[in-house]
Amino acid sequence: MTEDTSPILRVEGVVKYYGARAAVSGVSFELWPGEVLAVVGESGSGKSTLLNSVAARVRPDAGRVSFLTRHEGMVDVHAMSEAQRRLLARTDWGYVHQDAVQGLRMNVSAGANVGERLMALGERHYGRIRSEAASWLERVEMDVARIDDTPATFSGGMRQRLQIARNLVTRPRLVFMDEPTSGLDVSVQAKLLDLLRSLTRGLSLAAIVVTHDLAVARLLAHRMIVMKEGRMVETGLTDQVLDDPQHPYTQLLVSSVLQP
Amino acid sequence: MKIDDFSPAVARDGNFNFAYLDERTKRMIRRAILKAVAVPGYQVPFGSREMPLPYGWGTGGIQVTASIIGPEDVLKVIDQGADDTVNAVNIRRFFQRTTGVEVTTHTTAATIIQTRHRIPETPLAAGQILVYQVPMPEPLQKLEPREAETRSLHGLAEYGLMHVKLYEDIVRFGHVATTYDYPVMVDGRYLMAPSPIPKFDNPKMSMNAALQLFGAGREKRIYAVPPWTRVESLAFEDHPFEIQRWSEPCALCGDTASFLDEVITDDVGGRMFVCSDTDHCLAHRPAHD
Amino acid sequence: MYVAVKGGERAILNSYALVDQARRGDPSVPELSLDQIRQQLRLSVDRVMCEGSIYDPELAALAIKQAAGDLVEAIFLLRAYRATLPRLGYSLPLDTADMQLFRRVSATFKDLPGGQVLGPTYDYTQRLLDFSLAASGAVAEIDASDAAPEVGPVPRVVDLLNHEGLIETHEPGAGDPDPRDLTREPIAYPADRATWMQNLARGDEGFLLAMGYSTQRGYANSHPFAGEIRYGMAELVIEPEELGFAVSIGDIEVTECQMVNQFGGSKSQPPQFTRGYGLAFGASERKAMAMALVDRALRADELGEAVEAPAQMQEFVLSHSDNLEASGFVQHLKLPHYVDFQSELELVRRMRTSGAPAADASEPAGEAA
Repeated sequence: MTEDTSPILRVEGVVKYYGARAAVSGVSFELWPGEVLAVVGESGSGKSTLLNSVAARVRPDAGRVSFLTRHEGMVDVHAMSEAQRRLLARTDWGYVHQDAVQGLRMNVSAGANVGERLMALGERHYGRIRSEAASWLERVEMDVARIDDTPATFSGGMRQRLQIARNLVTRPRLVFMDEPTSGLDVSVQAKLLDLLRSLTRGLSLAAIVVTHDLAVARLLAHRMIVMKEGRMVETGLTDQVLDDPQHPYTQLLVSSVLQP
Repeated sequence: MKIDDFSPAVARDGNFNFAYLDERTKRMIRRAILKAVAVPGYQVPFGSREMPLPYGWGTGGIQVTASIIGPEDVLKVIDQGADDTVNAVNIRRFFQRTTGVEVTTHTTAATIIQTRHRIPETPLAAGQILVYQVPMPEPLQKLEPREAETRSLHGLAEYGLMHVKLYEDIVRFGHVATTYDYPVMVDGRYLMAPSPIPKFDNPKMSMNAALQLFGAGREKRIYAVPPWTRVESLAFEDHPFEIQRWSEPCALCGDTASFLDEVITDDVGGRMFVCSDTDHCLAHRPAHD
Repeated sequence: MYVAVKGGERAILNSYALVDQARRGDPSVPELSLDQIRQQLRLSVDRVMCEGSIYDPELAALAIKQAAGDLVEAIFLLRAYRATLPRLGYSLPLDTADMQLFRRVSATFKDLPGGQVLGPTYDYTQRLLDFSLAASGAVAEIDASDAAPEVGPVPRVVDLLNHEGLIETHEPGAGDPDPRDLTREPIAYPADRATWMQNLARGDEGFLLAMGYSTQRGYANSHPFAGEIRYGMAELVIEPEELGFAVSIGDIEVTECQMVNQFGGSKSQPPQFTRGYGLAFGASERKAMAMALVDRALRADELGEAVEAPAQMQEFVLSHSDNLEASGFVQHLKLPHYVDFQSELELVRRMRTSGAPAADASEPAGEAA
């Protein structure tokens, strides 16, 4: 299987300027099928810009992002037509926003939120859409009885679960997550992290998780990248980076997390 | 009923060009119409002019009619299915005054039928043109108000959002709760607003022998359904599209298959149902002479 | 017993006669002449010309008379007339630096070349009803020693600031395309600045005023200063291709407003002042100022500012600024909607009998149209 011999995503020398300032300068990495990569750093380190460049939400000024498509092998996502890119974004990719409001339709029911991607792909059977939505609500440990309620009536943690279900319904192979647990209560965060871990493992999802929280990286990610001022200062296996940081900046990050 | 009963002859006013618009403007509109016919269901932007009737009152349909009408045409104008409502009378007067063409109430006698909110009950024939007045040409507008975005949704045929709306209706009401301006797919490609006709009329749009032209003056768009084009009303397989039905026949002509208007006859709840299409109703009355 | 709604010809013709009578009012009162309207209701004439998009005080006065003073209706009459006129040519850009000024004020400099010229303004009148006008108003005289000589061309304030490079400039580059003519081509989004300026110039004064006002109240604050407002006569010049040189075809009265706005700089530009621009026919200061505020707000995207407030949202502003479109569509609700309403009646009855839950919040179908 090609998926075992080729990375699912290859990022080469991505550069993104905002004015004269390089928000991301020359970042390269590869992601393998089923692998979870954490991108950590302080705010302003360029990690969100990197995520958006890789997820083709902003166009980088230089560099290349290739994705292993199902039928055409590695394809440069920024060279795709908008139609291809949008199709990719609602089928093989997922994007979990920090603020669930941005990733959900707040005034339509949970069922429709989950079913939207199916309908966009041509599913025209109400009953099937609904039962598929219900099964995904179950998988993200939501009460299926809430299927007809709108996210406006949901708690922050539930909204985030719903956003995840909405993304996973098309069985994407790669999910981008931008601070998926921040802004939630600590106990809610812990449960959500458990869920994310079991989903990524269970579905062998590849994922890129941007987070400022090293605990999130520790729990979810196989590998991690440490960003500072737009540059990748350290990368490696998560446990290795966190337990034996090499770069002074990483050491600082790790030590600050150890403080109460 | 003869047209003279409610609309005495109006003299052609020689102060205006034939059909009001200048010939260059008509040509510009005809070019837009040709493009619309070539890409069924696609909204073609056009340089809509300020007409001497207000926006929202049929300026799009009027401009379309004005640019295709010739001296030999026979014009019928209806509003709510009727030839004798004020707006229909006013628009017909406008064309009588500016073209002097023959006007009629008979669907079968007309070469051009300008309509607001209905498709005649009598099937249209090849060679006839039905011109719709359209207030809101963008079927996605209520779901996505930004035109720059709806344009790319059309370009990419991304219509999942529309089904989300239908899904929500079924969740809340058990059925799709849109009764007029019910969205359609034209020739399997473009999502289109049929204008605020009742969904009862939607099936008549499909594989119609006549050319159907849609003009939206205020929004500056023209679109078309060429003859014999497939027009499907959106639905789910397990919640198929249905049209309105009445439990009683028309109180005047007895028809059981036409769209009925409710007429309140007294102040204690009395009401009767009569055909909205007045020409159709008159032709079907038993005692019609 | 069934009586169809026969609005018909008779009712319409009678409504014409009633409008005529209502417009004329009491026939024992002398009829208004167009000259009277032009001379004594000049600000109405200016507004109607501006939003009617045609500079013709005589026709504007006629429209005002015909519309019984309803300015939006008068604008409608003028626009419908205008739509039938041929395009004979396009003028060269107005040179407003070369205007003969009746009024020129700057809020940014106490004194400046050319000076502050108050001119005919209501600004410092105390708004007390002048009962002497109820009889016949004597016109005040200006002391001969105060009568300023006609103000010739004076430099524009923004040009003065420009010497220091403190304000952005907008020199049209080589190959600057002709602006699109909004009355001939529909707007396409995103619209460029030349296009939105046309839209705003024709836009409803009340709408622009409210939008401009909103930017002062925290919805897209742009820290505006009235750099300069000038009102006067500008020369209209055309250059027919067959002639090959420019010819003056007359003067028109215009009001120009240049707002000067703070700007902290962006990725590509150093901190400097930016501009919002307003231009209107006649003495239309409120309109020109509001337009300048909205113009600047609409530049948010270009200047890298967050687009958050209604006045910054191009589609929102430009799609709703035209009072003909707005007035027509709002008032079309008067037209019969029996068929739509019948469909809704049938739906509501069906939902009540089937016992389906009623809609809790948002509307089930679209609004009537």
